[in-house]
Amino acid sequence: MIKNLHEKLINKEITSEDLIKEAILKAENSQKELNAFVTIINDPEKQESDSLLSGIPVAIKDNLSTKGILSTGSSNTLKDYIPYFDATAIKKLKASGAVIIGKTALDELGMGGTGLIAATGPVKNPWNQNKITGGSSSGSAAAVAAGIVPYAIGSDTGDSIRIPAAHCGVVGYKPTYGMVSRFGLFAFASSLDTVGVLTTSVEDAAIVIDQIKGQDEYDMTSWNSKDINLLESLNGKVKDKKLFYIKEICDINNYQDQTNELVKTIEEFHQTLKKCQELGIEVDEVSFDQKLLDSIYPTYLTIASAEATSNMSNLTGIIFGPRGKGNTIDEMMKDHRTKGFSSLIKRRFVIGSYVLQKENQERYLFASAKVRHLIVNKMNELFTKYDGLILPASCEPAPNVNGIKSIHLRTEQYLAIGNFGGYPSITIPSGFVSDMPIGINITGKIKDDANILNIAYALEQKLGYKNQIAKGEK
Amino acid sequence: MALKVVIGLEMHCELKTKTKVFSKSLNSYNDIPNSCITAIDLAFPGTLPVVNKEAVKKALKMAICLNCEIPEVLIFDRKNYYYPDVPKNYQITQNTKPVGINGKIDVEVNDQLVPITIHDIHLEEDTASLDHYFDYSLIDYNRAGVPLLEIVTDPCIYSPEAAVAFLEHLRNIYKYTDCSEADTKKGQIRCDVNVSLKEEEAKELGTKVEVKNVNSFSNVYAAIIYEIKRQTELIESGKKDEIIQETRRWDEESGTTIRMREKVESIDYKYYVDPNIPKIKIESKWLEEIKAEIPLLPLERKAKYIEDYNLSSYDAGVLVKNKEVSDYFEECLRLGINPKEASNWITSQIMGYINKHDIEINEIFLTPKRLLGILNYLNKGTISSKQAKELFFMILEKQEEPDILIKKHGIEQLNNDDELINIIQNILDNNQSQIDEYKAGKTKVFDYFIGQIMKETKGKANPVKAKEILLSKLK
Repeated sequence: MIKNLHEKLINKEITSEDLIKEAILKAENSQKELNAFVTIINDPEKQESDSLLSGIPVAIKDNLSTKGILSTGSSNTLKDYIPYFDATAIKKLKASGAVIIGKTALDELGMGGTGLIAATGPVKNPWNQNKITGGSSSGSAAAVAAGIVPYAIGSDTGDSIRIPAAHCGVVGYKPTYGMVSRFGLFAFASSLDTVGVLTTSVEDAAIVIDQIKGQDEYDMTSWNSKDINLLESLNGKVKDKKLFYIKEICDINNYQDQTNELVKTIEEFHQTLKKCQELGIEVDEVSFDQKLLDSIYPTYLTIASAEATSNMSNLTGIIFGPRGKGNTIDEMMKDHRTKGFSSLIKRRFVIGSYVLQKENQERYLFASAKVRHLIVNKMNELFTKYDGLILPASCEPAPNVNGIKSIHLRTEQYLAIGNFGGYPSITIPSGFVSDMPIGINITGKIKDDANILNIAYALEQKLGYKNQIAKGEK
Repeated sequence: MALKVVIGLEMHCELKTKTKVFSKSLNSYNDIPNSCITAIDLAFPGTLPVVNKEAVKKALKMAICLNCEIPEVLIFDRKNYYYPDVPKNYQITQNTKPVGINGKIDVEVNDQLVPITIHDIHLEEDTASLDHYFDYSLIDYNRAGVPLLEIVTDPCIYSPEAAVAFLEHLRNIYKYTDCSEADTKKGQIRCDVNVSLKEEEAKELGTKVEVKNVNSFSNVYAAIIYEIKRQTELIESGKKDEIIQETRRWDEESGTTIRMREKVESIDYKYYVDPNIPKIKIESKWLEEIKAEIPLLPLERKAKYIEDYNLSSYDAGVLVKNKEVSDYFEECLRLGINPKEASNWITSQIMGYINKHDIEINEIFLTPKRLLGILNYLNKGTISSKQAKELFFMILEKQEEPDILIKKHGIEQLNNDDELINIIQNILDNNQSQIDEYKAGKTKVFDYFIGQIMKETKGKANPVKAKEILLSKLK
C-alpha cells in the first residue's frame, strides 16, 4: 500500500496534503466508534524526503516519545506529559518524511493484552465494535485496520503487536530485539521491549522497519543492521524453506476446553500449513516439553513485572507528570501513583516487588531466567534445522468486550517466546472465524528478519489478505 | 580487658571524565545548578543509560592499582530505592560483577607498611545534591550521574591513623593516575566508616556501627576516635548491649556521631541486573593498554628517589606525598638540577612557602625552570646562598624573572679578590685587640671578623673567598 501511495504522490495523482487531511478526518470520525487515538494532530509537521514514506501519514503508539506532542503511554501518571525530545524511531520516521497524524491508545504503558485499560477508555475492534482489539498496541492496530493510516508504529513486549494484528486482521511485525532503537520508548520490560510496526502488508512492514532500524548511540542494546535490506529481500522464493509448528499448541486434542472457535482456528491453521506446503515449504511437527510451554506465561509475568516495577519507578509526578498531593515527597509520590495507575499495573508492581525481594529472587526471578534460557536454547537448537516457527497467532478470534473473564488473566501467551529470545516475529492475516479475522505467526532466528519476512511475504500472496482493512459494521 | 578497634572503609570518589557515566551531560563541578543535565539524568520516559567508556577505563585503572581481580565481563545492576536524589528511583551500580574484587595494597603507617585488603571496587552513578531548608529542599541534578567509584575495604584496619593513611594514599593514587581530582573541598570524596570494637583475643568481630557520609579525612579520624570512645565507655560500663548495628552520621559542630537509623534488618535494595546495559567484555589487550598508562605510584616513586638519588626516606616521603610536588621534583631533574639540591629546595624553601600560603606547588610563579635560574647563579658563585634565598622570595613575590631581578637589585656576590683584600685589611687595621685575642687562641673571634666582612659588604662577600683571605691574613 505504501509503494502504491508513494507512486501516486510521485505521479502527482494525489497530494500529501490530501492524504493527511483525509487521515485526520477519518481519525476524527472514527473516535466515537473506535476510540483508537489519544491525540489527533491537526497541523502535523512535514519534512520532505525521497524515501517511500515521504508525505504519507502514520500513527504512533502513545508510549513513544514525540517532541512537543502529548505522550501519555495511556497512563494517568503521564496525562499531561509533553516530551521535549523524539524517540530515535520517531526521529528516523520524521527524517523519512513520514507525517505523524496521531498518537494511539494502548493498554496502560504496554501492560495488558486487551485494549480495554487505556486511560482514554477501551479501544474497539474495527471489524466489530463488540470485540476487543487485543493489546497493547490496540489503537495502532485499530487505526490500520480501519484504514485511517496505512501503517502505525507499535511496541511488543510479550505479543503486543502480534496479537492485536491478528485480532484486527492486519500485519504486525516485531523485528529482532535491538534492531530498532528503544530510545524514547517508554520502558515496560527492557529485556523484552521491541519497537515494531502494524501494516496491511508484509512489504509495508519491510519498508517501515528499513527506515527506522539501525544502531543508536543512545541504546546500548541496538545493533548495526546496515547489511540488512528487508524490502530488497522480498523475492517470494521460499521453495525448500523449512518451518515447524509445536504439536502441543496446534493439536486440538491437547485442549480440554474445545470451543467452537478454537476448533475452527486450529482447522484454519492446518489449512494454512497446507498452503505453505503448496509453496514448497517443508512443514514439520515438533513436540515441545509441555512443562516448558506451561511455564511461558509465569516466566513472562515474573520477568516483565520485575522489570516494569523498577522501570516505572521514575513515574512519581515530581519531575514530570501531574504532581501528587501531600506534605512530604513520599506522600506526593504515593498520591500520584495511587491515582495514576490502574489496578492491573498495581498488581504487576506487587508481583514485581515480590519477586525482586532478596529472599524471593532465587525462587522466582532466577528460576524465570533459567526457564527463559531453557526455552531459548530449545528454540535456538530448532532454528539450526528450521527457518522458522509457524503458529496460530491466537487460538481464537478477538473475544467479546464483555466476554473477557478477567483482564488480569491471559494464560495463552506463547508468542512471548519471540521476546524471550529477541526473535523476529510477524503475524499476518490468514482467514476468518466467526466473521472475525484470525492470523498466523512466523518467528525466526535472531537477525534473520529478512528470511522470515520473505516467507511471510510468499504466504501472504498465497493467502490473499494483503492490504485488507475492516469493512466493519458502520 | 583490652579492646581492639576494627575499621572498614567505603571510600566514594568522583572520577574525572568529560561527561557523566551514563549520559552525555558534562561532568563538571560548580556550575549553575541544574545546568549539566539531559533527559537521561532526569529519567524522562524512554531514556536509556549509555556507559561512558572513559569512566570504565578509569575504574579499571584504579582496580589495577589496587591489585584487584578483574572479571572478564562487567555487569551493571540496579539498586532500587525511592529518593528524590535519584530520578530513576534506582541507582545504577555494580553488584554482580564489579570492576574489581579481592584487592590488596600496602600503606605506610608510621614508617611501617600495613597491608589493606579490598573487598571490591564498583562503578556507579553519583546522586543529585540536596539542600534542606526549614520547610523546603532544593535539588541540584548536576551531580546526578557523575561517575562515582566506591572502594570497599575489608574490616582490616586497626587504627584511625591507618584509616587516614589509607585514604590519603588512595587520594594520591587517584591523583597520580589522573583518575580523579580527588578534592575533598569539592565534595569529590565521601567516606562511610564502619567501626567496631572487640576484645583483643576475640575471633568474632564486634557489633558494627556505620558512620555515613564523612566528607574529610580529618573528620574520618575524629569520627573513629569518637566512636572508639563512645563504644569503649558503653562496654566498660556494662552497657555493651547498647551498641547496636546502626547507621550514624558525623556531626562536625558537636564533634560527635548521631544516630540516623537503626539497621534492624538491612534495607532490601532489590538488586538486579540492569537489562539496558549489555555485559561489557574486558579484553585483555585493553587491560594491558590501561596498565601501560599507569605512572609510577607514590611508594614506587619514593623507592626510586631513595635508591637512585640517595635521598633520605623522610625527604622522599615528603616529595611523593603530593603528586604535584613529586612532578615538580621530576621536572627539576629533567632540567638537570642535582636531585639532592632540588629535594632540599623543595622540601625546605618551597614546601615552607606553599604551606604558609596554603597554595599548591603548581600555583607558584617559581617554576622548576626559574628555580634552575637561581641555582645557576648560585653554583657559578655569582650569588651567595643567602642571596639565593632572597632571590627566591623576590621571584615569588614580585613575579619576575631571576635575570631581571638580579640586574635590577644588583644582587651579586663580591668575588673580586683585590676588593675583598682591601676590605678585610681595613677591618683588621681597626681591630688590633681582636687580632691579639685570636692569636692568643680565641678562635671564636674568627667568626666576628667574618661578621664584620659581611656587614661591610652588605652580605655580598663570597664567604669562601672571604674566609680564605682572612685566614691568610691572620697567620
